[in-house]
Amino acid sequence: MSDKKRPMLDELKKGPWPSFVKQMEKQAETSEMAEDALNLLEQSYNDKVVHWKHGGIVGVRGYGGGVIGRYCDMPEEFPNVKEFHTFRVNQPAGWFYTSDALRSLADVWEKHGSGLTNFHGATGDVVLLGAPTEHLQSCFDDLSANGWDLGGSGSDLRTPSCCVGPARCSSACFDTLDLCHNLTNQFQNELHRPMWPYKFKIKISGCANDCVSSIARADMSIIGTWRDVIGIDQDAVKDYAANGLEIQELVVDKCPTDACTFDAEQMTFNVDDENCVRCMHCINKMPKALQIGKDRGATILLGGKATLVQSAFLSWVIVPFMKLEKEDDYVELKDLLDKMWEWWDENGKVRERIGELIYRKGMRTFLKEVGLKPQPQMVKHPRANPYFFWWPEELAKEKGEGDALGEAAAGKEIKNG
Amino acid sequence: MVKTMAKTDIGPPHYEQMLPQIIKDNYGKWKYFERVKPGVLKHVSETGDELYTVRVGSPRLIGIDTLRKMADLADKYCNGHLRFTSRHNIEFLLDSSNEMNALIGELEARGWPIGGTGNSLNNIIHTQGWVHCHSAATDASGTVKAVMDDLYDYFKADDLPAKLKISMACCLNMCGAVHCSDIAFVGIHRTVPRIDDEGVSKNCEIPNLIASCPTGAIRPNPKAKSVIVNEEKCMYCGNCYTVCPSMKIMDPENDGLAIFVGGKVSNSRSGPTFSRLAIPWLPNNPPRWDELVEAVRNLVDVWIQNAKKGERYGEWIERIGWEKFFEIAGLPFTDKHIDDFKFSVPTFRSTSNFKYTK
Repeated sequence: MSDKKRPMLDELKKGPWPSFVKQMEKQAETSEMAEDALNLLEQSYNDKVVHWKHGGIVGVRGYGGGVIGRYCDMPEEFPNVKEFHTFRVNQPAGWFYTSDALRSLADVWEKHGSGLTNFHGATGDVVLLGAPTEHLQSCFDDLSANGWDLGGSGSDLRTPSCCVGPARCSSACFDTLDLCHNLTNQFQNELHRPMWPYKFKIKISGCANDCVSSIARADMSIIGTWRDVIGIDQDAVKDYAANGLEIQELVVDKCPTDACTFDAEQMTFNVDDENCVRCMHCINKMPKALQIGKDRGATILLGGKATLVQSAFLSWVIVPFMKLEKEDDYVELKDLLDKMWEWWDENGKVRERIGELIYRKGMRTFLKEVGLKPQPQMVKHPRANPYFFWWPEELAKEKGEGDALGEAAAGKEIKNG
Repeated sequence: MVKTMAKTDIGPPHYEQMLPQIIKDNYGKWKYFERVKPGVLKHVSETGDELYTVRVGSPRLIGIDTLRKMADLADKYCNGHLRFTSRHNIEFLLDSSNEMNALIGELEARGWPIGGTGNSLNNIIHTQGWVHCHSAATDASGTVKAVMDDLYDYFKADDLPAKLKISMACCLNMCGAVHCSDIAFVGIHRTVPRIDDEGVSKNCEIPNLIASCPTGAIRPNPKAKSVIVNEEKCMYCGNCYTVCPSMKIMDPENDGLAIFVGGKVSNSRSGPTFSRLAIPWLPNNPPRWDELVEAVRNLVDVWIQNAKKGERYGEWIERIGWEKFFEIAGLPFTDKHIDDFKFSVPTFRSTSNFKYTK
C-alpha cells in the first residue's frame, strides 16, 4: 500500500454503517489496482467530477456483451487503473450461493482483477470491478472453467432475475427460480450477443409484493397471482386477534376494494374473492392465517423502464393470467417473447425500448402483431378522446368497390349500405 | 499451441446446487413466516421445519476478503450456504435458532449491522457513482454511506410507520428503480453540454446523437460536421453524453442531487407509483454531503411524525395532499416542481378541491 493520503475518503471510514472505503482499502493491501481506484476516487472527491471515460470496445471471444470497457481519464497519474474493465457474471437464480461457489469467484478475481466486487449489480449480476484488458480473456476462461458464465450488456437480453420464490416464501405463485433459470438458459444467444434495438430486461416476482421491483425495472414483468380464492385458517385469525393485531384498522380498512370483512364478535375473517384484486395486503399482515389461492399463475406486464428517453414507464398488463408450469417448459411465455422480440426488432429504432415502441405505434398494433386480444384488464380506464383507428376489414366498403374487397370484409358483422 | 476456447453459453450455475438442505427439503412447502426481531425472520414449513434468516446490511461494494469471510461464517453456522437480496443485503440461513445469537454476535463484533426487515429502513439500492461509472453526476457509495450512517438506527429497528425503501442513482439513467421509491436521491446536471465539434465529427454517430435527446434540442451543424444544442430546450439529462463523449456535461459546481418521494413498486393496497419531486437540487458536497443527509433526515422525520400506522410514504402524502406535504416538510414549492415534459397535463390539479397552506 502506498502512503498516498486520502483525507476525503478517510471521512467515509467513520460512522456505524459498513464502509465501502474500508472494503477498498482491504483489497488495496494486495492489489495496486484497488489502491489506484481509491486514489482516483479521492481525486473525484476533490474535483467533484467523475474520472472514468466511456467504455471502449472490449470483450471476450464468442460474446458481444458481458464485459464493459472502462478507462480512467488520468492514466499517467493513476497507471494501475488505466484500464479497469467490468465483468458481469450471471448470478444463480434467487442469489443463493454455497461458500465454495463464492470462494471460486473470489479466487478467479484475485488472480485477474482488483478484488473489488458488487454483490450485486442493479440488474442482478455479480459485478467484478476492474480488470486490465490483457486479463479479460483469461479471466473469462477461468470463470467458465469454474462453471460461471457472463451476464448481458449492451443491446441484448439482460440477465433475468427473480425473487426468493418457493425456496423460502409462502406466497410464491409459481417457481420463480426455475422460470428464471429456464429462461436464462433458453435465451443464451440473446443474452450474450447484442442484436436488438436496445436492452431488454426480464424480472420475475412470485407475488404482487414484487420483491424484485419488476414492474419498475423490467421491460417484461412477471408477477405471480391466482384465479381462485384466498385460503383462510380461522383459528389462526383468532390467534392474531388475541395477540393484539388490529384486524379491522390494519387489515380490513386498508383493503383497496373493500373485499375483506372481520366479525369482531366471532373473530372471523372473510374475503369476497370475486372482488379481491389479490394485492397481498391481508396475506402480508396475517401470513399464518391467510394463504394465496391454489389455481396459480402470473400476470404478464410489459414496458417498464426508467426515465430516459421518453419518460419512465411502469409495466402494463398484456396477459392478465398465464399458467407457468415447470412441466410445460413455459412454452406459452417463450412463444410470446419470441413474437414480441421479432416485432420490436423489426420496428424499433436504435435505443428504443419496447415500451417506447408500443407508445409510438399504439397498443392496438402491438396486440395485433403478437396475437393478443384486447381485454379490460389492460387499462385503468378506456380512452376519453375520440381519436381512434379502424382496421380496413372493420369498415363497410363503398358500393361498386369490387368483389375482392367485399370478400375481405366478409364474415364481419358490418353490413354494406 | 492453440489454447482450447473457454466454453460459452453454459449459463449460470443451477440454483439447486446452491440451496441448503433445509430449503431443498421444504421447497414450495413454506407455510408462513414470523418476524423474530429486527433483521431475523423465521419461516415455518408444513413439514414442521423452521428456517431462520439473519439479514445483514452490506455496502454493496465489497472486496473478495469480505466474500471469503462471509463464506467462512456460512461454513461455521449455515452448512456452507448463504444468499443475497435484491437490496444488497447478505442473508444467513440457519436450520435452527440454537446458534443464531452466536452468529449475530460475530457479525456485530465485526461491524456488520443486522436489520432491514419489516417496518424498518431497508438497505439503499444504489449505483456505481464515481467509483466506476463514466456518466455519474455524483458519487453513489459516498452519499449512501453518509445517509445510512445518519439513519442507521432505522435499519436496526422495525417500528417505523411502514417499510421505508430509499434508493440512489448517480445519473438520470437511474440504474436501480429510484423512480419508484419512498425516498430517492438522484445525481443531476444543471447546465447544457459543452460540444467538442472535432470530437463529435470524429467519434460520434450524429443521427443517434440527435435521436438521443428527449426534447429535440439537438440539431445538426453541417458546417462543423457536428451538432448544435438549443439551450432553451435542453434539460440537462445527459443522454447525449452517454451516446457521445464529446458532449461534456459534467459541471462540478452545478451538478448535484435531486430528491423524489412517495413512490413504491409493491401492489399491496394501492398500486405501484412513481416518486415525485420534493427537492430540485442540493449541492455535491463530498465527502459527507451534509445538505443531502439533513434533507433526507427531515423527510424521514416528518413521515414518522405524521403518517398513520401502516402508511407508506406515498400513501401518507396521498391522504394529506401534496400541498400539505410541502407545508409540513417545510419545503419551498417552485416552478421546478410543475412538470413540463411529455405527460405533464394530467399532473395539474383540474379541480377546485384543494387545501390552503400557510
